[in-house]
Amino acid sequence: MANKIHLEIITPSKQVLNQPVEMVTAPGSDGVFGVLANHTPFLTSLKIGELKYQNDGKNFRLALSNGFCEISSNKMTVLAEAAEFSEDIDIDRALKAKERAEKRLQEAISSKENINTARAQASLTRALTRIRVSGK
Amino acid sequence: MPALKDVRFKIKGIKKTQQITKAMNMVAASKLRGAQTKMEGFSPYADKFSAVMSNLSGSVNPSQFPLMAQRQVKKILVIVVTSDKGLCGAFNANIINAVNRLNKEIVSQGKSLSLICVGRKAVQFFKKSNIEVVYNISDIMSDVQIQFAKTIGQQAITQFLSENFDEVQLVYGKFINVAVQRPIFKKILPLSKETLVGQGETSQGTNLTYTFEPEPDAILNNLLPLYVNIQIMSAMLETVASEQASRMTSMDNATRACKDMLGSLTLIYNKARQATITKELMDIVGGAEALKG
Repeated sequence: MANKIHLEIITPSKQVLNQPVEMVTAPGSDGVFGVLANHTPFLTSLKIGELKYQNDGKNFRLALSNGFCEISSNKMTVLAEAAEFSEDIDIDRALKAKERAEKRLQEAISSKENINTARAQASLTRALTRIRVSGK
Repeated sequence: MPALKDVRFKIKGIKKTQQITKAMNMVAASKLRGAQTKMEGFSPYADKFSAVMSNLSGSVNPSQFPLMAQRQVKKILVIVVTSDKGLCGAFNANIINAVNRLNKEIVSQGKSLSLICVGRKAVQFFKKSNIEVVYNISDIMSDVQIQFAKTIGQQAITQFLSENFDEVQLVYGKFINVAVQRPIFKKILPLSKETLVGQGETSQGTNLTYTFEPEPDAILNNLLPLYVNIQIMSAMLETVASEQASRMTSMDNATRACKDMLGSLTLIYNKARQATITKELMDIVGGAEALKG
């Protein structure tokens, strides 16, 4: 117990996780970082990506999109717009989302709309992350 | 005395109406439960967010953030959040009236007001009014998603940053309890340091020296728009809960009104029936008397 850090993951719709874990790896906006117990107070924004944590020797993986995380007094709080466990991901939906995003990206690039390009790129990254996380 | 048949038809009709209002009441009750769960599910996110914001805002200088820029207020953008559907008492009318009152006040001060309408009732009403509407979005209240809040927030932020407007306010039906819902105004842009600091749980955490990655300014720049979205999202969730609560009360009232009407109509019906019977009896007796004669 002493060597664990409390991990809390919250999305707008619900609390996804709230329990002590051994180690967390999260996609920070300046690069992936790992967190162990008694980490220094830390605040960072998160990218779309994969969050891993280890508990009782087992690995868990989540697909995360846009958020940030705060670490203080041996507690890590992740606020994200969406967080899905690898086994909960609907792979068919993710594949469809990927196709859709690719098509939109093509259209956006050809019509030179910067906002739409950025949006399409973001949704493509999201879809790819979900596919990757669910795949392994 | 009204004709017996007319009264009978009327009673039948009211009974049917009563059935409908009763059903609507029950549906609203169960939807209210859903809306409340959603609201409660969202609040830890919003609370935690505010707490982090308040931690963060202690170590930054507000003047360098465009979303915190205090300008002289000449043009105000109001985001009106109403429901998509009617039959929920004066709920939407209250919100719309509040906006109209605010408009009068603002115009009398020589400023101007424009709207972003969220929910079909607001869209329909303000289409006919002479207030300028910047953006409309409807048919989203039955399933409120963070994406919608994002779209609306995006609109508001773009308008604010391009200096089309100097202030953005939010109007929505605040859910006080099941019996009371009130339209309230909330200023969401420009964000001030005081509101950010004041919202979080300041008791602990503020004195911790954080390691920031990237710089606090950069993080805050990312978080400020999200904060606006969260405000809009919780306003929408509250409006949905308020709408259902309001519908529940008004349908309950309607059911009771039906019951009262049925009572008085049954009385009239019975009187009319009795009158007919008496008349018939008199005819028979009269006929018998004549025969005896």
